[in-house]
Amino acid sequence: MVSESVDILNAFALLTNFIIVPAIAYGSQLALGALAVTLIYSVLRFSNFGQGDSMAFGTVMVILMLALFQSDWANANFGAILPPYEFLSFVPTALYALPFAIVFTAIYLLVMDKLVYQHYRRIKAKPITVCMVSMGLMFVTGGLVRIINGPERLTFDDGARFLFSVRDFKEFTGLTQGIAIKTSQFLTVTVAILLVAFLFYFLNRTKTGKSMRAYSDNEDLALLSGIDPDKVVRVTWLIVAVFTAIAGTLYGLDKGFLPFQYHQLLLPIFASVIVGGIGSPMGAIVGAFVVSFSELFLTYAYKKFLIYLLPGYVPDSLVQLIGVEYKYAISFVILVVVLLIRPTGIFKGKVV
Amino acid sequence: MAYLEGNSLVAAYGPVPILHECSISVEKGELAVIVGPNGAGKSTAMKVLLGMLNPSSGSVIFDGQDITHLSTQERIKLGLAFVPQTNNVFTSMTVHENLEMGGFLRDDDISHTIQEVYDLFPILYEKRKQNAGELSGGQRQQVAFGRAMMTQPTVMLLDEPTAGVSPIVMDEIFSNILDLKNSGRAVLMVEQNAQQALNIADKGFVLVSGRNTHIGTGKELIADPEVRKKFLGG
Repeated sequence: MVSESVDILNAFALLTNFIIVPAIAYGSQLALGALAVTLIYSVLRFSNFGQGDSMAFGTVMVILMLALFQSDWANANFGAILPPYEFLSFVPTALYALPFAIVFTAIYLLVMDKLVYQHYRRIKAKPITVCMVSMGLMFVTGGLVRIINGPERLTFDDGARFLFSVRDFKEFTGLTQGIAIKTSQFLTVTVAILLVAFLFYFLNRTKTGKSMRAYSDNEDLALLSGIDPDKVVRVTWLIVAVFTAIAGTLYGLDKGFLPFQYHQLLLPIFASVIVGGIGSPMGAIVGAFVVSFSELFLTYAYKKFLIYLLPGYVPDSLVQLIGVEYKYAISFVILVVVLLIRPTGIFKGKVV
Repeated sequence: MAYLEGNSLVAAYGPVPILHECSISVEKGELAVIVGPNGAGKSTAMKVLLGMLNPSSGSVIFDGQDITHLSTQERIKLGLAFVPQTNNVFTSMTVHENLEMGGFLRDDDISHTIQEVYDLFPILYEKRKQNAGELSGGQRQQVAFGRAMMTQPTVMLLDEPTAGVSPIVMDEIFSNILDLKNSGRAVLMVEQNAQQALNIADKGFVLVSGRNTHIGTGKELIADPEVRKKFLGG
C-alpha cells in the first residue's frame, strides 16, 4: 500500500519533471514572442512573419556581446565581468549582455521600419501585402543571423546549470524520481512574469500605453484626438524589440541557439496568437501555454509513467502519441482546429 | 464676421466636384444645422471646415483668423472639435479612458474637464469603468461628445449625431446638443432628421448639389413652403 502511493508520487514527479516544468518554461518563451506578434498586429495591422528570425537576431547580438565580454581586450580594459553580488553568481553572463542586445535589436527593427514598413504605411498597402513584405524581411534577418553566427548550433549558457537538480530533489524527498529546475527555466519564468506585468501596466496605466491602445482600436479617431501615429509606431517597435531579444535569449539559454529552430518557432508563436485571439495580449499568453502544454503532453513517451501507475504492467512500446519530430504538426493542427471552430480565439480577438 | 465660417467653398473628391460656392457659418452659443438630400455635400462641407479635405477655392475663417491651410490637428488645437458619424468612440477602452484620450494633446490637468463632462452627462460617471463598446447608442453618443469636449473646444462639429438611433434616443441626443450649445459653444451639425433638427436650430443651411439654396433661422426654414415641400415631406 505504502509503495503504491509512493509510486503514484513518483509518476507525478516524472510528469512534472518532463512535461510541466519544461512546458511552463517553453510556454513563457512562446508567450513573449506571441505578445510581440500581437502588438505588431494590433498597432501596425499585419502579421509579422519575421518574429522567429528577429528573435534569432536578438540572440546573436547577445552571443556577440558575450564574445566581446570574454575577449582579451575587454579583460584588459574592464576586468572580467563579475556579478555584483555573490548570490547572483548562478546568473548566466548572457543576462548582462541582454541590455546591449535589446538596444541593437531595437535599432535593427526601427531601421527596418524606416526603410521598408514606413513606405507601405504611407501608400496604405493592404495588410496581406505588408505580411508578404515581412516574409521577405524574415529571409533578410535569417541570412544576417547566419552570416554573423553561422548556421550551426551553439550553446552560451554558463553560471549554475540547475537551480536544484534531480539529486537534490531525491535526497530531499526520498523519491526515486526527481524534479530538476534548470537555471534557464527559472529565469525564463521570472523574467516573463516581470515583462508581462510591465506590459500590462504600460498599456493600461500610462498615457503612451493608452494612446497605443486607442490607435489600435480606432485609427481615425486617434488622429482626431491628436495622437501621433509615428510615435505610436516607434514605441511599439521598441517594446517589440525588448520582448523579441529577451524571448530569443531565454529560448537559447534553455535549448541552445540554432538559427533554423528559431525560424521554425514562428509556427507555434502564430498558433499561440490565434488560439488566444489575435490582438489580445492576454490571449497571446494563454494561447502560448495551450500550445506548449499540448506539444509536450502529446510528444511525451508515457512508458515509465505507466510502469509506476500500473504495477506489474510493462508496455511493449514507448506509449508515445506523436513522435517529437512531428511537434510542429501539433501547432498546425491546433491552428486549423481553432480557425474552423472559433476563429476569434479564446479571448475574442479580431477575425482575420 | 461669424465665429466660424466657410466662404464660397469649392471642393472635390478627385475629379468629382462636390461643393460649389458653398458658404456656412456659426456663432458662439448658436446651433446651426446643415440639411439637404443625400449626396448634397453636407458631410463634405464639414470635412472642409475641419481640414480633412482641402478646398480648391474659398476660405475658412475661425475667430477672425484664416485657417484654410491649417491641418486638422492644428485646427483642433485652436478649438475645433469633431464628432464623426460612426466609429466615434474607442470601443475597447473604458468611458474614462475615452475622455483621457480626448484630452491627449493637453499637458495641463484634465480632471476638471472630465468632471465637466460627467456633470453634463451624469450617466457616464456611473459607467466610467465600463468599455464604451458595451454602452447603448445614446450613451455611446454622449461618450463621443464627451471625448470631443476634452480639448475644451469653442466650436463643435457633429456629423449626423442621430443616425440610426431610435426616436426616444434621438430626443435625448438633441437635448444633449442643446446643452452643448447652452454652455456657450458654437455647434454645427449635419442632420438627416431635418424637421426635428430645424425645430431646435438657431440657423439652418439647406444644401442641394453642393450649393446653398436656402439660409435662415430654423423657424423660417420650417415655415418656407418650398423647403417644406422638398425636404420636410410637405
